[in-house]
Amino acid sequence: MAEDLFRIAGKAFTSRLFLGTAGYPNQQVFLDSLAASGAQVVTVSIRRVDMEGGAEGILDLVRDRAWLLPNTAGCATVKDAVLTAQLAREALDTNWIKLELIGDRETLYPDVEQLVTAAAQLVDDGFAVLPYCTDDPIVCRRLADVGCAAVMPLGSPIGTGLGILNPYNIEMICSRSTVPVILDAGVGTASDAALAMELGCDAVLLNTAVSKSTDPVRMAAAMGHAVAGGRLARLAGRIPKRTRAEASSPELGLIGG
Amino acid sequence: MPAKGDRETVTYHPPSGHSSAKPSVTSRVIVIGAGCIGLSIAWRLAAAGSTVDIYDQGRAGGGATHAAAGMLAAAVETEPGEQALLPLTLDSQRRWPAFAAELEAYSGLPVDLRTDGTVQVALTRDDVEVLRSGFEFQRGLGLNVAWLTGAQVKEREPWLNPRAAAGVLGADDGQVDNRKLAVALKAAAVKAGARLHEGAAVETLSLTAGRVDGVVVDGALKPADVVVLAAGAWSRQLAGLPEGAVPPVRPVKGQMLALRMDAAQPLLRHVVWPPKCYLVPRLDGRLIVGATTEDKGWDDHLTAGGVLALLEAAWRALPGVEELPIEEMWVGHRPGSRDDAPILGPVPDVAGLVMATGHHRNGILLTPGTADLVADHIQTGRVDPLLAPFGIGRFQERHTNGMRP
Repeated sequence: MAEDLFRIAGKAFTSRLFLGTAGYPNQQVFLDSLAASGAQVVTVSIRRVDMEGGAEGILDLVRDRAWLLPNTAGCATVKDAVLTAQLAREALDTNWIKLELIGDRETLYPDVEQLVTAAAQLVDDGFAVLPYCTDDPIVCRRLADVGCAAVMPLGSPIGTGLGILNPYNIEMICSRSTVPVILDAGVGTASDAALAMELGCDAVLLNTAVSKSTDPVRMAAAMGHAVAGGRLARLAGRIPKRTRAEASSPELGLIGG
Repeated sequence: MPAKGDRETVTYHPPSGHSSAKPSVTSRVIVIGAGCIGLSIAWRLAAAGSTVDIYDQGRAGGGATHAAAGMLAAAVETEPGEQALLPLTLDSQRRWPAFAAELEAYSGLPVDLRTDGTVQVALTRDDVEVLRSGFEFQRGLGLNVAWLTGAQVKEREPWLNPRAAAGVLGADDGQVDNRKLAVALKAAAVKAGARLHEGAAVETLSLTAGRVDGVVVDGALKPADVVVLAAGAWSRQLAGLPEGAVPPVRPVKGQMLALRMDAAQPLLRHVVWPPKCYLVPRLDGRLIVGATTEDKGWDDHLTAGGVLALLEAAWRALPGVEELPIEEMWVGHRPGSRDDAPILGPVPDVAGLVMATGHHRNGILLTPGTADLVADHIQTGRVDPLLAPFGIGRFQERHTNGMRP
């Protein structure tokens, strides 16, 4: 089988799982989870880490283990997000940015209007922008049109673990998108991640489902398998759904008396 | 307090008679760091007859020991991923009553130990689900935790938000006044004969042929047979540590504040953990609200967002706090190791160096156990089975996932 590489913004990855770094019991559990998941991209909240890159900080530990995807978590305005992205680019020497512009603290829903504006500015400034957005095909198209490197629609609100609440939208976004689609937020367990891949997503980003699991390292391994399994199923092509049973062995031509 | 370059003289006592391979009771010990860990080890060793010098770049008990809340919560603080730490935290929690009694008798100073239980509280339906998941996990580990109904929670703490929907009681958990603890430990260590040098930063560790022979302070070698590294979040900064002996410890910033309750009619009587904060009522009416957990290096700013988050969480759980005066706000740095467990005991290939650092949020809880087990190791050379899993050797590079940017 040919190697199934995930290509985005000029880089290629063999894993299609992106892992968040927040909320783990401790850094060693995170590092073990990262290894168990096989993930090659790790997202880090720029507002919440020590940018001095102090030894033993998360940046220091992750730098030679995975590709860093800084995010703008905690930003509420375009200005805020753009400045944070620029800070990340200077400090981490990467032009990748996962753009998060949260509308309010209760729902943690993306503020779409600001998101598109900030994405356009950052693209103009030379960033590879990966925006966290609503599961709205029109919004995703707008973001792709302004030059984002991928779109990251939510499955359900951040941290809820409710899975993919509108699989039809996710499938529609995937079928129409001109850029990679990365499901972001809402994954609760392995089947959610597999479903995202079966629906046509190019990758899955998750965090809480692993970090808050009772056994994060084992859940991380499960997510690695789920994403790989879902991808294989997508490539293989699922059978059409039918309403009537059909025997899997042929019924005609049987030898009988 | 001795200033830099004071009159202190150093006379070298050779390790009495027998082989110096194993430190003996009478050996010379230098403890780097006068927090609760360093002071308690120094107290134990000095009381047993060792010559002990404690060096601290600042004031004794002025770092994380001062900033802490003093919770002793081996049961309700246990989270998934931290099971390996449980034997040590439970052991230390069991040691606390006798340790506190001995310390109070020895120093003549109170530490206000209270083992009257800790309650985690859920306010909303979502909180209840999270609480129940944690409760099942803790019960599965055999911890002494009990499920409380909302009514039972409010009976225990009647000023809590009437929405309180459920709780988990850790009946063996409690608190100690960490600032009083620091004062008592300092007095006990000094009374036992340990010499405390405050404002005296250790410049470098001194090694000869792979063996510790002292530390350099103010340009002068202070000889020692054993050096205990108990410098908390500052432990990585000690110069002269060979590679492999640098403890993977970082400062984990925490913002906290104290409100003033009416001591005769307090809003809260026991330690309570609502969502997103904890509340620790002291006997004198102080109500400690903690704490943020921030990987911000040595940043020591109080921030509006940090204080807002703490006060909002406290107010949601205990609406009456809005009337209370704010007495103090502060920032501390927990000594966070990579796996949040302490780094204890001997260091491979560096004879004479003993670690007692990286206690993260468990420093106060782990003080009695660390003091007894580390002092025992220094006196006998034995590594207690409780101590063994926490050596620095456990940190090794793990594999990467085929990614090297």
